[in-house]
Amino acid sequence: MCVHIKLFAHLFLISLLIQGSIVSSSPFIPTADSEVLEHLPFKASDPTTRELRSLRQELSANPLDLDKAITLAKRYYQLALADGDPRFIGYAQAALGPWWEQTEPPVAVMVQRATLRQYSHDFDRALVDLKLAIKLEPYNGTAWSLLAAISMVQADYVTARQDCEKLQGLASSLIVIACEATVDSLSGNALQAYNTLQKTYTASVSMPPREKLWVLTRLAEISDRLGHVDEADSYFQKALKLNIPDAYLLAVYAEFLLDENRNAHVVELLKEKERSDILLMRLALAEKALNLPKAKEHEAVIKARFDAARMRGDKLHIQDESRFNLYFLNNTKEALRLAQENWRGQHEPSDARMLLEAALAAKDKAAAQPALDWLNQSHIEDRHFQKLVKRIQELKS
Amino acid sequence: MMRLLMTFLLLLLANTAQAHKPSDSYLILKIDGANVQGQWDIALRDLDFAIGLDGNGNGEITWGELRARHDAIAAYALPRLKILTEGELCPSHATANLVDNHSDGAYAVLRFVAECAKPLTNMELNYSLLFDVDPQHKGLLRLEYKGTTSTAIFSPGKANQKFDLSEITLLRQFLDYAKEGVWHIWIGFDHILFLLSLLLPAVLYRSKKHWEAVASFKPALIDVLKIVTAFTLAHSITLTLATLGVVTLPTRLVESAIAASVVLSALNNVFPMFEGRRWMVAFAFGLVHGFGFASVLADLGLPQDALLLALVGFNLGVEGGQLAIVSAFLPIAYYLRGTMFYRRVVLFAGSILIMLLASVWLVERVFVIKLLGF
Repeated sequence: MCVHIKLFAHLFLISLLIQGSIVSSSPFIPTADSEVLEHLPFKASDPTTRELRSLRQELSANPLDLDKAITLAKRYYQLALADGDPRFIGYAQAALGPWWEQTEPPVAVMVQRATLRQYSHDFDRALVDLKLAIKLEPYNGTAWSLLAAISMVQADYVTARQDCEKLQGLASSLIVIACEATVDSLSGNALQAYNTLQKTYTASVSMPPREKLWVLTRLAEISDRLGHVDEADSYFQKALKLNIPDAYLLAVYAEFLLDENRNAHVVELLKEKERSDILLMRLALAEKALNLPKAKEHEAVIKARFDAARMRGDKLHIQDESRFNLYFLNNTKEALRLAQENWRGQHEPSDARMLLEAALAAKDKAAAQPALDWLNQSHIEDRHFQKLVKRIQELKS
Repeated sequence: MMRLLMTFLLLLLANTAQAHKPSDSYLILKIDGANVQGQWDIALRDLDFAIGLDGNGNGEITWGELRARHDAIAAYALPRLKILTEGELCPSHATANLVDNHSDGAYAVLRFVAECAKPLTNMELNYSLLFDVDPQHKGLLRLEYKGTTSTAIFSPGKANQKFDLSEITLLRQFLDYAKEGVWHIWIGFDHILFLLSLLLPAVLYRSKKHWEAVASFKPALIDVLKIVTAFTLAHSITLTLATLGVVTLPTRLVESAIAASVVLSALNNVFPMFEGRRWMVAFAFGLVHGFGFASVLADLGLPQDALLLALVGFNLGVEGGQLAIVSAFLPIAYYLRGTMFYRRVVLFAGSILIMLLASVWLVERVFVIKLLGF
């Protein structure tokens, strides 16, 4: 009975959302031909556009060309990472179209499909693909590294370390170092991980820029967690100077600045990035802290996007939706519910922090327990947790 | 090796990278006899990817560039939405081109009409827009037919959907509104608590400033009938007047008065003021509750061609829900009427609890603040 009511309420809500979003529109006819309606991510003359267009044309002439399909899917995946637009994930999936529905496609497709699925947080099906892939090709390094990464997201550090070890001999020592250092940094050996990465960074002068970006971002994050604020800032700055578009770097740097109350810097950093949901949220948080008029406007846009995501049945933004409920709508109850739902799917430091913040706001000590347990088990060193944990322990249970 | 590292490194960065709204189109279809009027909002980003809009290649799409591609857009989109009735395709053509802004950017608004051979009693839709280039794309449909609205979501796995329009007939519409009426009384704690507060003493009577249990079922039943009839009559009057637009009151006033009515009716059980005249209270405040029902009905959206039908359906739903609650309440109350438990806990403590809760509602509604989580 209860389930039915819930289901009914849920369907009703979705139906209201669909109706609402369509009703609220007010179509118009622009007044001048010169009026700019939309900015595209790339110009037609951009080398990326040209490269992708020719790849797509070649593939459409021969859709079963496996190498071309994989190459195109990979390129789109990289674009999705650069600015976080899920349309590119759809384009990548389209390239793998002929094989997408097969239970046992070629291993290369399986691994690429797993990559796209983990992007959409479909970890279960990604793991099915990867486990089959390593069964068929036990020396597939990409598959092992993906397995390691998913284990990390799910806070299974023992398995993650084993997956990293499997990479020995399949990958360069740098990859193995990177893999293990990442696990270490999350499981109580942050300083050691920091030293290893730092050494690796100084030793490899000729490191390609993308790898530099990665190492610098990790160093900045670890420094921040260890409380070395100035050092973290200088790593972030170095990473930004590489001039590689990267949504993740901007997001973590913005979070660092928000923690440091450097809200004006956040506005400066993200002012052109409204298109990205994640960056827009950080921008709006900073604007709210500064009492800027833009904050309200951005709040409305974020709300509309959450409604749209719920309407199509997406559950990718739960952590940020919790944050939005907590800091914009002051709905602590909903914020906690979402933070808990998010925690069921993933266990990264930011997920734990969200759960703790929401539990603290709701004054619900019991709700914080899973994150507290995780903190104890992982031995993660992170200064942001210390204050939170103290305040939660002061709550009456 | 390099590629391997890239995969690994990028993957670790991927976790928070889902940052944009994915591709959706918004489709409205209105069925009007043998014609289907359509409005289809498609993102300019998606159209540019599929057929190219940026004429001068500068990364910006202007109205001029979009206008030049209107024919191409219709030629691309319309064949990707097949409207069929009884297996026969209804040919469609564009009627207007506009622009709209959704939360994630500008959309081309394509208005069209599909002409079927005869008035539709069923419809089959086959949606395939963009699925070939972006399998993550979804089409969000709102379907309007004779004042009722239904919704559907199209995805590559659900590209073909059938709609039986005979289902969306007047009877169905009537039942829909009746269902909403039941639902509203069921989730409308304030209405339930008001009624219950008035009904609680029905199985008792006052004698020398004390409550005594009634001797037989008949007086209790008569008391309940008087109260329920008065309440029903009163709220039906105002529900009708408000829905027909004869009288309107501000929501805040109505909601606050409803909360006040709950406080008062519960207070009456602790300090009896309207002995034997509780049906008058039910009538007086029933008028206010009727305005509350009217605003719910207005929020549901009223079909102008079937206003009366919706009104009667909704009202009967409310009565039905109310009746169900009363018929669950009365036997239990009658059975317990002689006990201390009923007088002390149910009537006295229960009324105080109701009073407290309703007072919080009153404060919330008067000052438009939120104190409770429900």
